[in-house]
Amino acid sequence: MHALEKILASHAGVDTLQTGEILNCDIDIAGANDLYLQSVYSFYEMGGEQVTNPDNIVFFMDHYAPASSKKQALNQKEFREFAAKQGIEKLMDIDEGVCHQVLVDRGLSKPGTIIVITDSHTTMHGAFGAFSTGVGATDHAIIMKTGKLWFRVPKIVKIELNGKLAKGVYAKDIILDVIGKLGADYAVYKAVEFSGSLIAELSMSERLAICNMTTEMGAKASYIQPDKVTLDYLLNLGVTDFTVYETDEGYEYEEVVTFDVSDIQPTIAVPFSVDNVDELEAYIGTPINQVFLGTCTGGRIEDLEVAAKILAGKKVKKGTRMLVIPASKKVLQEAITKGYMSTLVEAGATFVTPGCAACLGTHQGIITDGEACVSSASRNFPGRMGATQAKIYLASPAVVAASAIEGKLADPRKYMEV
Amino acid sequence: MDKIIKGKSYVFGKNIDTDQICPGQYLELTDHKAIASHCLEGARSEFAKEFVKGGIVIALENFGCGSSREHAAISLKTIGVGAIIAKSFGRIFYRNAINMGIPLIVADNVEAIMGDGHLMEINLENSTIKNTNTGQIISCEVISEYAMNILEHGGIINLIKSM
Repeated sequence: MHALEKILASHAGVDTLQTGEILNCDIDIAGANDLYLQSVYSFYEMGGEQVTNPDNIVFFMDHYAPASSKKQALNQKEFREFAAKQGIEKLMDIDEGVCHQVLVDRGLSKPGTIIVITDSHTTMHGAFGAFSTGVGATDHAIIMKTGKLWFRVPKIVKIELNGKLAKGVYAKDIILDVIGKLGADYAVYKAVEFSGSLIAELSMSERLAICNMTTEMGAKASYIQPDKVTLDYLLNLGVTDFTVYETDEGYEYEEVVTFDVSDIQPTIAVPFSVDNVDELEAYIGTPINQVFLGTCTGGRIEDLEVAAKILAGKKVKKGTRMLVIPASKKVLQEAITKGYMSTLVEAGATFVTPGCAACLGTHQGIITDGEACVSSASRNFPGRMGATQAKIYLASPAVVAASAIEGKLADPRKYMEV
Repeated sequence: MDKIIKGKSYVFGKNIDTDQICPGQYLELTDHKAIASHCLEGARSEFAKEFVKGGIVIALENFGCGSSREHAAISLKTIGVGAIIAKSFGRIFYRNAINMGIPLIVADNVEAIMGDGHLMEINLENSTIKNTNTGQIISCEVISEYAMNILEHGGIINLIKSM
């Protein structure tokens, strides 16, 4: 069995399972964010009265942090009232940040667990060896009512990452390269495991960025076998109560794909799909109106650090706007204590409340037709950040920072120490 | 649920993401009719106005990829879509749409029957789709027993209420 299958089996109370089988599993963490008040409505529509296991339910006020319309304010109010009535204590309000990073910061993302959130980037927690996947509001309501949810046991593909990263190349470049080569629908209905010699050299932040974006290749879940890096990270957070599952020798993957990451150059996804990937070099000089550094994909402290080092003593190009959205309160606090916030603000950046911000075109940095944005976030769909004819380029935090200086797509390597 | 589904087709391409089905600016809406009034606005701006109830959406690979927003499935259900046929579906959208009671039909060879505004006939008994304008017939995947049970109850909320 694969480690992911063992997690599913242990939560369904079975010893064996088959690929394709449907299992009803206990859920360790079931999160809903503030776009999904439908979860509360569906809960009542299906006859729900008292939430089963309120300790396992988490609400995140992150997509509208803080509310910028009366309707958003009303939706958040209804969430807060429902949480109070049901004894749901884990209500992460507008000061906390993006759901996924909040779980990481609080040590709630951990090996061997099943994590379900009403957000497609829930695949991120596979970086900690969890089975984690995104669902809709009504699925979340089912968990609130029954404590369980059904899953089809997915086929599992293995992506081996071998080699050494070149200077100026990051996790974001790797996952864009992988998605570009395999396609936006490569892993639909499947889980994706990352292994290979590179993994041991990747920090948790880098692993999280890679697993976060597996949803952009259609994956149901991702997985990286927990190792010393994982366990040290959790130990630092004081988290020790978890089970690490391991894949049996001889487990037959649906497919094994190998990448030599040594060949990867700074990479970019161009409008209007995440698998529309090219080397950055082909787009150097493209005018940029807004640069966007943040979110659950590219807004961790390591991402802000890279940007601060590139922008130290420099200025954001006049006519270009730079938005920085720390992924969480903890990231913001670290950015303050480490001086990155000061460096970035001095350079001309605008800080936005930790949360999802304009990543999904709801508020705080919408772009209009004819504008272009380079973003460390995850999606460049038509209209994703506002107007349908606005262009979004996806790249690493380093490319985002270098492009801020030049007001056009720029190679970060010339701003980095040798 | 009827085993024969007939309706006028509305044709789309590949990777129609849920941002195009329900653009981000409408996610604060909770009234289903209001959500449906923007159905597929990001892909075809007049879709909600042009759509005739019972119509069948036909698309290529990965329909409903991207965001988990249930608004996408809610908008298609509320506007009255009869079924959605695609080469493949984004998996969260697949769950959401089945949960809403929308028949999702996976068909590898969907290009052979594509034609905007044509009358489609889906036969769930023998898993075929016919374009009655051209006479072309293709086979489609059998809907799983689990999903069919949800569809036959008219959605998962009804199914859970019946337990």
